[in-house]
Amino acid sequence: MKKKFLLARDTSEINLPRASDDTSDIVLNIYRGGPNQKPENSYDSYRVPVSRWTTVLDALIYAKERLDSSVAIRYSCRMASCGSCGMKINGIPRLACYTKISELGTHTITCEPLPNFPLIRDLVTDFQEFFDHHKKIQPYIQNLHPDPSIDKLSEFEQTPQQVDEFLQFSYCIKCGLCYSACPTVATDTKFPGPQALAQAYRYFADSRDDAVEKRLSIVDDKHGIWRCHFAGSCSKVCPKGVDPALGIQMLRSHMMSITKKPKKRLAELRETSREGS
Amino acid sequence: MRESTVMKIHYVTGLAALLTVAVHVMMRVITPFSMSLEYENVVANYQNILYSLLLESILILVSIHGFNGLRVMLLELRQDAKWEKFVMLFTLTAMLVVIGYGTRTIIIVSG
Repeated sequence: MKKKFLLARDTSEINLPRASDDTSDIVLNIYRGGPNQKPENSYDSYRVPVSRWTTVLDALIYAKERLDSSVAIRYSCRMASCGSCGMKINGIPRLACYTKISELGTHTITCEPLPNFPLIRDLVTDFQEFFDHHKKIQPYIQNLHPDPSIDKLSEFEQTPQQVDEFLQFSYCIKCGLCYSACPTVATDTKFPGPQALAQAYRYFADSRDDAVEKRLSIVDDKHGIWRCHFAGSCSKVCPKGVDPALGIQMLRSHMMSITKKPKKRLAELRETSREGS
Repeated sequence: MRESTVMKIHYVTGLAALLTVAVHVMMRVITPFSMSLEYENVVANYQNILYSLLLESILILVSIHGFNGLRVMLLELRQDAKWEKFVMLFTLTAMLVVIGYGTRTIIIVSG
């Protein structure tokens, strides 16, 4: 990697932030350029002061505000809720707002755009294809045959066990880190990716949804769920603790008729609890 | 055919191939390795009807599993309708040719 230093040439004296120090400096290497730019000569380096609690996003904002306003970054909530600031930090897809510089254990931070996404500019990537895959699996509850005995204005009740079936998958913030870490997405652009497939499982496992066959027929495609190689990198990089690989395997095992349909199991649980009460 | 059905066949043939190849290898171990490859012994194997059936099932199982695996790999290379159609036709034809030629050999030798 050939670097173009704008503000720092000698990084040997840079110290990592320590508990006793208020601030120290790090070198922030940022990928610069558009989709057609050659990878070499595409990094700019900035010397940024950091504290123990400084996140990579804080450092990027510092660089943009005070050193080079042309750096393109995307962020919003700064608290790992919106999923906007996903990028490759020191080679691993992470959320910039959720990654403290002190955790990385190095004084050189390299920020690159997320792989497997078309690049717009610098660290900003195009999420259109990713959201298209997400929309394709119909990520919403479809109650096609509502129980006529239930009041139309009342809520759908669920037991804690029913919620547990899908709860972790509903924590997905659509940040795209799993999608960028997926080796299948890297080669097969029609593959829905771990995020969309985990969401397919999330609605499949939801007792309020009954569009099971409809949704499964969407993922049961030549480029669908069967193309997952189970590398597991999606689960490793998820900042919200979601396990997309688990969701994919659960959905697959249902399609292979190995496991019982969760709703059937949940209906049994519900019956048991009713009998008990 | 739905992809889930194809993959069920893929997994079942994979497991069955593992089992039948294990039986085949175990039977080869019964006699010393050098003897098992002697012309007379090989022909004698083919003339045993049960062993011929075992070889035929290995041929079918490995061909289905192997060529479907190849189809999966080729599908990930490119994503367009023409390529998918070509891959499907190519792997299906190659599978049938291999099974046909292998079956012919088994029938001739066991004859």
